[in-house]
Amino acid sequence: MEGIILAIVLVLIVVGTTIITFVGPWGLPELASNWGSIDSMIIVTTIVTMIAFIAVNAVMAYFIYRYRHRDGRRAVYLVNDHRLEKILIIVTSIGIVFLLAPGLFVYSSFIQPPADALKLEVVSQQWAWAYRYPGADGKLGRSNIRFIDAKNSLGVDLKDPAGQDDVAISAGGTLHLPVNKPVELELRAKDVLHSFYVPQFRVKMDTVPGGITRLWFTPNKAGTFEVLCAELCGIGHYKMKSSVIVESEEEFQKWLKQQPTVSQTLGTK
Amino acid sequence: MQEHAAGLPETHGHEETHQHEPTGFWTKYIFSQDHKVIAMQYTITALLVGVVGMVFSWLMRLQLAFPGQLSLIQPDNYLQFMTQHGMIMVIYLLTAFLLGGFGNYLIPLMIGARDMAFPFLNMMSYWTYFVSVILLFAAFIVPGGPSGGGWTIYPPQSILPGASPGSEWGIRLLLMSLAVFVASGTMGGLNYVTTVLQLRAKGMTLMYLPLSVWGIFVASVLALLAFPALFVGGVMLLLDSLAGTSFFIPLVNQFGRQLGHEGGNPILFQHLFWYFGHPEVYIVILPAMGVVSDIIANFSRKPIFGYKAMVISILAIGGLSFLVWAHHMFVSGMNPYFAFWFAIATLAVAIPSAVKTYNWMLTLWGGNLWFTTPMLYAIGFVSTFVAGGLTGLYLGNTAVDVPLTDTYFVVAHFHLVMGVSAILGIFAGIYYWFPKAIGRMYNETLGKLHFWVTFVGTYAIFFPMYWLGAAGMPRRYYTNEAVTQLPPSSHELNIFITIAALTVGAAQLVFAFNLVWSIFKGKKAEGNPWKATSLEWQTPQTPPVHGNWGPTEPVVYRWAYDYSVPGASQDFTPQNVAGGPAQKAKASGKTKH
Repeated sequence: MEGIILAIVLVLIVVGTTIITFVGPWGLPELASNWGSIDSMIIVTTIVTMIAFIAVNAVMAYFIYRYRHRDGRRAVYLVNDHRLEKILIIVTSIGIVFLLAPGLFVYSSFIQPPADALKLEVVSQQWAWAYRYPGADGKLGRSNIRFIDAKNSLGVDLKDPAGQDDVAISAGGTLHLPVNKPVELELRAKDVLHSFYVPQFRVKMDTVPGGITRLWFTPNKAGTFEVLCAELCGIGHYKMKSSVIVESEEEFQKWLKQQPTVSQTLGTK
Repeated sequence: MQEHAAGLPETHGHEETHQHEPTGFWTKYIFSQDHKVIAMQYTITALLVGVVGMVFSWLMRLQLAFPGQLSLIQPDNYLQFMTQHGMIMVIYLLTAFLLGGFGNYLIPLMIGARDMAFPFLNMMSYWTYFVSVILLFAAFIVPGGPSGGGWTIYPPQSILPGASPGSEWGIRLLLMSLAVFVASGTMGGLNYVTTVLQLRAKGMTLMYLPLSVWGIFVASVLALLAFPALFVGGVMLLLDSLAGTSFFIPLVNQFGRQLGHEGGNPILFQHLFWYFGHPEVYIVILPAMGVVSDIIANFSRKPIFGYKAMVISILAIGGLSFLVWAHHMFVSGMNPYFAFWFAIATLAVAIPSAVKTYNWMLTLWGGNLWFTTPMLYAIGFVSTFVAGGLTGLYLGNTAVDVPLTDTYFVVAHFHLVMGVSAILGIFAGIYYWFPKAIGRMYNETLGKLHFWVTFVGTYAIFFPMYWLGAAGMPRRYYTNEAVTQLPPSSHELNIFITIAALTVGAAQLVFAFNLVWSIFKGKKAEGNPWKATSLEWQTPQTPPVHGNWGPTEPVVYRWAYDYSVPGASQDFTPQNVAGGPAQKAKASGKTKH
């Protein structure tokens, strides 16, 4: 009796989870960046793994039903079947290569930002995000934790001329990005690990104190999205949020020109 | 009956054994050197510690379902519950139970030894573990409470004052506790490895060992090789916290104040942690896989399919476990080119894991399946292992990992594959060996009730977390109220998960009642109620007495899987039975093992 119930339960679990996975209200949020290739990989991986999940449970359910104990039954004495083993290993390996190879291709583009990307800086701290844009010279000035003080909250090196025209958006501010232009973020942390995560862009990268990490993407939908922290960073982790506004190039430039430069803020010129 | 079949005379008590049995209360039950008593000590301690870990998970689930409505649960103690839940479950419950509990009980009995190679060291191992548990809980009474830095205790956050709760005395006590645990695990691990290699009964070749022993043996080797990395990382972190060194802490500015550290690298800690942490998940899952293999073979009344492939898979998984650690670090900021290797090695693990799954299924094929509670749990293990393991194909494939890592997708993955599966394997083992260890039967009806609620319930808890993770629900958030891209229905799903979690929790009361009641009132068990082949079922007494085997140690003539051998008079032939048709069948047939 248990055999029949177990077979039915396994089938119900598989049917239920499969249906909800494909038609349920909980899935990837609408894509808003160039990383459609990551979405395709997720969809392909979901199809392959779901087939395996269904097959294992369904076959097991069938065996459980078919070979449940009956009086007088004697089990087959089967120790091995090398041919079957080989076939299964080959099929599995093909499936894995089929998932892995395109995944590595997507990843190699993920770590190679285009040369024309807009470079800007993300600075994380407990528990807020700050940003810095290069000024008219297109270059971010050097910075160092040592230079941080009450006014110079990002630690911009004031001796570096490239930094004078940078635009700093201090902690708690909003990130603005032009639509359809590749962006390369240089991520820094002032205190502990954080992680820059925008679900709609499908990107995430930790920020590490003492070093710079990099991340690139091309936002391709205008709108406002949420920046979340995805690496546990202490008590305020859950409320370490910021917004990213993706807008047209003109709107972006207009907004950028309204922001004070580092030298204006710090009165160094 | 088996003792006659095995040619063992009835014994007249322990006087005839070669070892001295302790008689005093303290030497018999407290500072015992008998592997069976030590196994019980480990089992009971680990289960009690696990209850605490489970209660913490309820508190987290209550907060996630009813954010802000329970004034007892604040952001700081939420993180503390979360951290302690993870540590307790992975280290102090699963590792301690599977190696200290099952390892201690099963190795000598299954290989036909009288005890461990180093009984005194074995006792020391338990009491050292006990001290580590005391240190773990001592953190609850120091200023600031226990660490809330996550079970991965990543610096700088875990040790910077004010960064996370318990980042001063809490984390220090935790690190000390872990260091002591490593000492305990090393004593235990050396003992298990030596015992398996040196004390096997006459005739017990390595390829005659039951898969339970193989799983525990390889897990012990992994523990010996992996724990030192945790120890080293832990001591360095402790020095950073106490002595002002800067192994992991660079120059930082926290809350507008520059701290005294300079030049350290936080990512170095992650490498050390995961060099331990990834093998750790196999330390937990390999013994469970072994136990499940033996139980499925027994209740299918069939040899395990592809024994040699099962052994090779265990070895392959164990070996690969040291080559994949940085798949936990794809977005950590390490050199991004490392990820190519770690993705390839990680997905390679899927092959031996799949072989094991196929072989469990093929063992069911053509069997005469007997659905006892341990068999239900063993089949449940295969199902949840697959439900969790398959998503390793997402998380190991770097590009796919990027959007999913640090979301509930990961929480679902590792809970199903190494949390739930390991626990189902533990339950399978507890029910299976209960009659041997206690001498009484557990209540089958209650056991099955416990199974149905736990099995269906854990699916209900963890499978929906995949959906929440895909929707972008981040891990380790005190509340998701302000995560705007989550659909409103995800909140209802969180309530559903919490109800499932509390229901599964309640079902564990049935388990606890069944154990306690059956220890005192259960039906007297026969020596071999499951008609099993392996040596632990062939002891002259049940429960086995000190020294296990009476005057004559068993001699082994065959592997542990001679079930339903054609021509044999019954459908199982114990390992210590000589001759018979099995060896002929194996030698002449096309089916070799």
